[in-house]
Amino acid sequence: MELDPVLLARMQFAANVTFHILFPTISISLGWMLLFMRWRWLKTGERPWLTAYRFWTKVFALTFALGVVSGITMSFQFGTNWPGFMEKVGNIAGPLLGFEVLTAFFLEATFLGVMLFGHGRVSERVHMIATFLVAFGTTMSAFWILVLNSWMQTPVGYEIIDGEFHVRSWMEIIFNPSFPYRFAHMLLASFLTMAFLVAGVSAWQVWRGKANPSTPRALRAALTLAAILIPVQIVVGDMHGLNTLHHQPQKIAAIEGVWETEKGAPLLLFAIPNEEERRNDYAVGIPKLASMILTHEWDGELKGLNEFEAHPPVKPLFFGFRIMVAIGGLMLLVSWLGCWMLRRTGWQPDRAPRWLIASIAAMTFSGWIATVSGWYVTEIGRQPWIVHGLIRTADVASSTPAPHIALTLAGYLVTYVLLIAAYISVLRYMAEKPSDSYDPAPSGGAIVPGATQLANKENAA
Amino acid sequence: MSWAEFLPVIFMGLMGLAMFLYVVLDGFDLGVGMLLHRADDDQKDMMIASIGPFWDANETWLVLGVGILLIAFPKAHGVVMTALYLPIALMLIGIILRGVAFDFRVKAQDVHKPRWNFIFFAGSTITALAQGWMLGRFITGFAEGLDFDLFAAAIALALPCAYVLMGATWLVLKTEGDLQQRAAHWGRLALIPVIIGMALISIATPWVSHTVAERWFTLPAFIGLLPIPFATLACFVALWWTLDGQRALGSLCWLPFVLTVGVFMMGGLGLAYSLYPYVVMDRITIWQAASSTASLNLILAGCAITVPTILAYTFFAHRVFWGKATALRYG
Ligand code: HDD
Ligand code: HEM
Ligand code: HEM
Repeated sequence: MELDPVLLARMQFAANVTFHILFPTISISLGWMLLFMRWRWLKTGERPWLTAYRFWTKVFALTFALGVVSGITMSFQFGTNWPGFMEKVGNIAGPLLGFEVLTAFFLEATFLGVMLFGHGRVSERVHMIATFLVAFGTTMSAFWILVLNSWMQTPVGYEIIDGEFHVRSWMEIIFNPSFPYRFAHMLLASFLTMAFLVAGVSAWQVWRGKANPSTPRALRAALTLAAILIPVQIVVGDMHGLNTLHHQPQKIAAIEGVWETEKGAPLLLFAIPNEEERRNDYAVGIPKLASMILTHEWDGELKGLNEFEAHPPVKPLFFGFRIMVAIGGLMLLVSWLGCWMLRRTGWQPDRAPRWLIASIAAMTFSGWIATVSGWYVTEIGRQPWIVHGLIRTADVASSTPAPHIALTLAGYLVTYVLLIAAYISVLRYMAEKPSDSYDPAPSGGAIVPGATQLANKENAA
Repeated sequence: MSWAEFLPVIFMGLMGLAMFLYVVLDGFDLGVGMLLHRADDDQKDMMIASIGPFWDANETWLVLGVGILLIAFPKAHGVVMTALYLPIALMLIGIILRGVAFDFRVKAQDVHKPRWNFIFFAGSTITALAQGWMLGRFITGFAEGLDFDLFAAAIALALPCAYVLMGATWLVLKTEGDLQQRAAHWGRLALIPVIIGMALISIATPWVSHTVAERWFTLPAFIGLLPIPFATLACFVALWWTLDGQRALGSLCWLPFVLTVGVFMMGGLGLAYSLYPYVVMDRITIWQAASSTASLNLILAGCAITVPTILAYTFFAHRVFWGKATALRYG
C-alpha cells in the first residue's frame, strides 16, 4: 500500500496535539483551583482544605509534567511536519510562539518548583504568589497559542509580499475575529474539564468507601463550579458558532450537514452524511431549528456544501460536534441534578443516592472527550487549508519520506497510549490511598495556617 | 553593518545563549539521570531531589532555543528540522519518558518504582545520545557519507559523557557524605571520555569541514584563538585535580561544577566561531534565513524585557533551594 506522507504527517500532528491538549486542559484551571483551596485553608483554618490542596497538588504536578513534555514535542512539530508553514508565515507565527515561551513557559516552569517544593522555604505570601504565577503563566500560554490558532482560522492584519506574510497590524492579528470566542470557549472548557475531574475523583472516593474529610469539600466546590459554568459555556458556544458561520460558512455547513443551500434548515439530531452521494442517510431532525439557531429566523438561509469549491470532510465534523454538544448537555444535567440533590443532604455525599454518586464518577473524564471533539471540529473544519483560505496544508508539508513518518508515529502512539493508561491508573491509586499518606497529621498540636512553615522545617530536619 | 544586518547577528547570539544555558542546565539533569542506576535506593531519591525543583524550567531553554531558530531564522528552521527528523523524534520520546518518570516514580505504587527508575535512566540516555548525534550532524552541515556518520556517532557518545560529568559535579555540589564521594568518583570516570571526545571534535571538525579549517588555521586568527584550547585544557587539569580524593568534598564543592561549565563554555565559543555566519553550515547564512526586520525588532524588544526577568527569577528559584539538597515534600 502506498503511504501518503501528507496524510501521515497530519495524523502525527493530530496524535501529538491531542495527547498534549489533555493535560493543559487540566493544568490551566487546576492551578486556579489550588489557589482557591489554599486560600480557603488560610481563611478558615479548616485542615481538610489543606488535605485537599495537598492531594490535588500531586495531581497537578503529574499533569503538568505530562503537559510540559508533550508540549516540547509540539514545539518541534511545526518544523518537522510543516516546514513550509514557518517559511511562509514565520513573521507572524514566530513572534506569537516566541512571546508564549518568554512570557508564559518560563514563568510557569520556574515557579512550579517553588510552588511544589518551596513550602516551608519561603513565606506563606511568597508561596501564594508563586502559586498564582504558575496559574497565571498557564493561562497566558493558552492566550498566545490561541491567538495563533485563531489567526490561522480567521486571518487578518497581514499583507503578502512575494508569497511571504508580513505583519500589518499586531492588534488586528492578536484580536482577530474568532479569538475572543475561542479563548473564552477554551478557558471555560478547561475549567469544566477540571471541575468534572475533581468532582468525579471525589465521587469515586465516596463510591469506593475511601472518602476522607476533604472529599465533600472538593466535591462541593467542583460541582458548584461546574453548575455555574456549563450554561455560560453553552451560550458562548452558540456565539462561537454564529461567528464561525460568518467567517467559515463551509465549516458550519458541514457541522449541520447542509448539502444544498436551504431556507428553514432542520436541526439534525442524527444522520450519516454520505459524501459520495452528497446527502444524508437516516436523517432525523427538528424542522427549521438550525436556521433559527444560526440566523435567528425560522426561514433563514443556510449556504450548502455544494456551493463551496473546497470544503472539509463532513463526517468528522458532523459527529464531532454532536459529541461535544451531547457532553455539554450531560454536564448540565449531572451538575445541576447533583448540586440540587447533594444540597438536600447538606453536602454529605455518603447520604446521597448511590446512582447519583456513580453518575458523577462516570463523568470524570467527560471534559477530555468534549474538548478533543471540539478541537477536531475546529481543526478538521479548516481543511484543506492550514491558514484559512490562504495556504493549503498539503503545500507546506515536509519532504520527509513516508516510512520515517510512519515509524515515528508508531513510536509516539505507543508511548502515548501507555502514558495515558499510567496516568489514569496512578490517579486511581492516589485517590484510593488513605489521606494521611500524602498529608501526614502533625505530631503534637494542630496545624494552623502559617505554622506549616515551622512544621515543615521540623520534618525536614 | 546596518541595523537590519546586525539584528540576525544578535539573534544568533541569543540562540547560542539559550542553547548554551540548555546544555548546561538540562545537562546536569540528564547526567544525573544517566547516573541513577549506579546509586542505591535512598541515594536515588536524593539525586532526584537535587534536580526536582529545576528540571522543568531547565528544559524550557530548549524550547526557547528552538523557538529562536523558528522565530528569527524561519527559513533554516524547516531545513534543520527536516534533516534531523528521526533523531528529533527519538529525543522527544526520550524527553517525554524522562520527564514523566520523574513524577510517576514517587506517585505510583511502590512495586512499580524500579520500573519508573529505569525509564528515567533510559529516557535520559536516549535524549543525550540523540542530542549528541544531532550536534554531530549539525556541525557538518548535514553532509552525507560514512565518515560524516562516524563523526556524528563519535559525538553521540561524547555528549552523554559530558552530561554525566556535568551531573556528577552537580551532585558534588548539592549532596553530602557517601553520595558526594561517589559522585566525585563518577565525575573522574567521565572525564577521560570527555577529554578524548573534545579532542576528537577539535581535530575532526576542521578535517570534515573546509570552512572550519580555514577559519581556525589562518594567521592571525589562529593566535587570537589560542586562549580557547588553553582555557579548556586548564579546566580539565583543574577538574582532574579537584575530583581526586577528598579535595572537592568540603568548601570547594562548587569548583568542579564551575569548571565543567567552563569547559562547556569554551566548547560553545569554539563552535560558535566555527559556524558564524552560517545557520546551516556552508549552506544558509543567518541573513538568508532571517525573518523580516519588523518581526525581529519586535521580538528583540520583547527579549530585552523578558530575558533579564527570566534570569532574575531563575536565580530566585535557585536561591530558594540553595545549599545541599534535602528530601522533597509537596507543600
Ligand atoms: C489552550 C491551551 C494550550 C494549547 C492549545 C496548546 N498548549 Fe502547549 N501548553 C499549555 C497550553 C496549551 C500549558 C497550559 O501552558 C502547558 C501545559 C502544561 C504546562 O506545563 O504548560 C503547555 C506546555 C507546552 C510546552 C512546554 C512549556 C514548558 O516548558 O513549560 C510547549 C513547548 C508547548 N506547550 C507548545 C505548544 C504548541 C506548539 C501548541 C500548538 C499546537 C500547544 N502547545 C497547544
Ligand atoms: C490543542 C488542541 C488541538 C487539537 C486537539 C488539534 C487537533 C488537530 C487535528 C485533529 C488536526 C488534523 C486535522 C486534519 O488533518 O484533518 C490538526 C491540524 C493542525 N493544527 Fe491543530 N489542534 C489543536 C490546537 C492547535 C493549535 C493551538 C494550533 C496552532 C497554533 C494548531 C495548528 C495546527 C496545524 C498547523 C495543523 C496542521 C494542518 C493539518 O494537519 O491539517 N492546532 N490539529
Ligand atoms: C453545548 C454547547 C456547545 C456549543 C454550542 C459549542 C459550540 C462550538 C463550536 C461551534 C465550535 C467550533 C468553533 C470553530 O471551529 O470555529 C466549538 C469548538 C470547541 N468546543 Fe464547543 N460547544 C459546546 C460545548 C462545549 C463543551 C461542553 C466543551 C468542553 C468542555 C467544548 C469545548 C470545545 C473546544 C475545546 C473547542 C475547540 C476550540 C475552539 O474552537 O474554541 N464545547 N464549540
